[in-house]
Amino acid sequence: MNLMTERSLEKAVGDKMNAVVNATKMKGNKVSVFYGSKQALFDVDLDIPEKMVMALIGPSGCGKSTFLRSLNRMNDTIEGCRVTGQITLDGEDIYDPKIDVVELRARVGMVFQKPNPFPKSIYENVAYGPRIHGLAKSRHELDEIVESSLRRASLFEEVKDRLQESGTGLSGGQQQRLCIARAIAVSPEVILMDEPCSALDPIATAKVEELIDELRQNYTIVIVTHSMQQAARVSQRTAMFHLGNIVEVGDTEMMFTTPKEKRTQDYITGRFG
Amino acid sequence: MQSQHTVRSYDDELKFLAHKIAEMGGHAERMVEQSVMAIVNADNALAQRVISDDLILDASEREIDDRAITIIAKRQPMAVDLREIIGAIRISSDLERVGDLGKNIAKRVAAVSDTRQSIKVYRGLQTLAELALTQLKDVLDAFASRSIQQINIVRDRDDEIDAMYTSLFRELLTYMMEDPRNISACTHLLFCAKNIERIGDHATNIAETVYYIVTGQQMPPDRPKEDMSHGVVVDEAKRA
Repeated sequence: MNLMTERSLEKAVGDKMNAVVNATKMKGNKVSVFYGSKQALFDVDLDIPEKMVMALIGPSGCGKSTFLRSLNRMNDTIEGCRVTGQITLDGEDIYDPKIDVVELRARVGMVFQKPNPFPKSIYENVAYGPRIHGLAKSRHELDEIVESSLRRASLFEEVKDRLQESGTGLSGGQQQRLCIARAIAVSPEVILMDEPCSALDPIATAKVEELIDELRQNYTIVIVTHSMQQAARVSQRTAMFHLGNIVEVGDTEMMFTTPKEKRTQDYITGRFG
Repeated sequence: MQSQHTVRSYDDELKFLAHKIAEMGGHAERMVEQSVMAIVNADNALAQRVISDDLILDASEREIDDRAITIIAKRQPMAVDLREIIGAIRISSDLERVGDLGKNIAKRVAAVSDTRQSIKVYRGLQTLAELALTQLKDVLDAFASRSIQQINIVRDRDDEIDAMYTSLFRELLTYMMEDPRNISACTHLLFCAKNIERIGDHATNIAETVYYIVTGQQMPPDRPKEDMSHGVVVDEAKRA
C-alpha cells in the first residue's frame, strides 16, 4: 500500500518534471497588429496547446492583451486596428473572409477584466448565448444548459434560488463566475481570459482559479494576468511578452524557477525598469 | 551581481541575509580554528570561550530563518530570489552545525589535556582542520561572489579530507593498542577528528547549495565517498 503510494507519487513527480505539451489548438504565425500607424505586435509566433492553461505575462503595453484579443478577432471592433500574419484554430485561418465572426466568438469565448453581466436576470445572462446560437430546442433544454453552465462555473449552488434576480446584484466574484458561465454556455473550445481576477478579492480569486483548474479538463484556456503568482499557480505554459515581441515561452514551472532569458528573470523577480 | 529590484527595500532585505551568512561563516571558522588550537595547546580558557560563542551562531541562524520567512510572506519571491532565500536558510543551518562541531571539540579539551599524545597526532588534527577550514572559506567566497568556478574543486578536495581522516583514525587506533592508558584521550581525539571531517561535509553541502542558487539546477551527484574508516579494524596479526 505504502509502496504503491510512493510509486504513484514518484510517477506524478516524474510527470511534472517532463511536462507533456498537448497538441496545438490555436497557432499564431508571424502575427503583427497595428493600431493605425502604431505597431503593437511584431511577428509573433505562438502555439496554444489544447486543454491546457497558457498564461501570457509581461509589463503593461507589451502586447499580451492585443495578442489575446486577436485570437477571437475582438480587435476587429477597434477602429483602425489591422492584423497581419496568420492565426489558426484547429488549422483553420480565423481571419479568412469566409469565417463567420459570430460563430468564431462562440468557439473562442472571452472573459474580461471587469465582470460585465448583462443588466438582466442571472438566468437570462447565461441563456442569452445558447438562445441566439439556437443551441436549445426547447425551454427544458435551455434550462438544462443554464444549470449545467452555472454548475461548471461553480456558481449554481449560490444562485439556484434566485435565478430570476438581476445578475448585477451579485458580488464581484459571483459576477465574474456568472460571466464564465455565460462564456461556457455556448460550448466554446477555447476560453480567453483578460485579467479575470484583477477586480476580485483573494477569496473570489481563489474560487476563479480553482474553476480555471477544473475547466482545463474540457477547454483550452489562455489567460492574461499581471499577477506572477497567479500565472505560476494556474497555468502549465507561460509566454513572456515585451515591447510587442515574445521573449520566452516554456513550461510554467521552468519559467518561474529558472527562466532562460534575462528579461524574463528581471520581470518575474521585480527588477524591471 | 543582479540588477536592482524596483522596490529598493527588497534588495536591502536580501543583502541582509547574505551579509548575515558571511558573518556566520566567519564566526564558525573562528570557532573551529580556536577549538583545535585549544586542543593542541591544552588551553581550557580558550575552549570555554569557544563554547560560549556558540550561542551567537544559534541566534544568527534563528534570525536568518525569521527574516527569510518574512521576505517570502511579504515579497512572494520568484526564481533566483527564491533560490537565494531558501539557500540562505540551508547554509545558515549548515554553519550552525559547524559551530556545534567546533563547540563539541572545545568541550573535549579538558579530557584530552590529561594525557599528552605524540605531537604527530596534533599535527594531523591541525592539518585536517586546515583542510576543512579552507573548504569552508572557499565555499563562503563562492557564495559571496555567486561564482561556481571554485565549487567542483571544493567537492574534489573533500576526498582529501576523508582520506586524511581515515589515516588519522588508523594512527589513533595504533596508539590505543600500544598503551591502554591512551584510550580515553585518543577516543576523544578520534571524535575531534570525526567532527572536523563532518565540517568538510557541511562545506560540501554549502557548495551544492551555492551551485543551486546560481544555476537553478541540482549539482550532478557524482560524488565518490572516500571516508574508509568504517572498514578499519584492529589488525589481529599485528596484535600477536
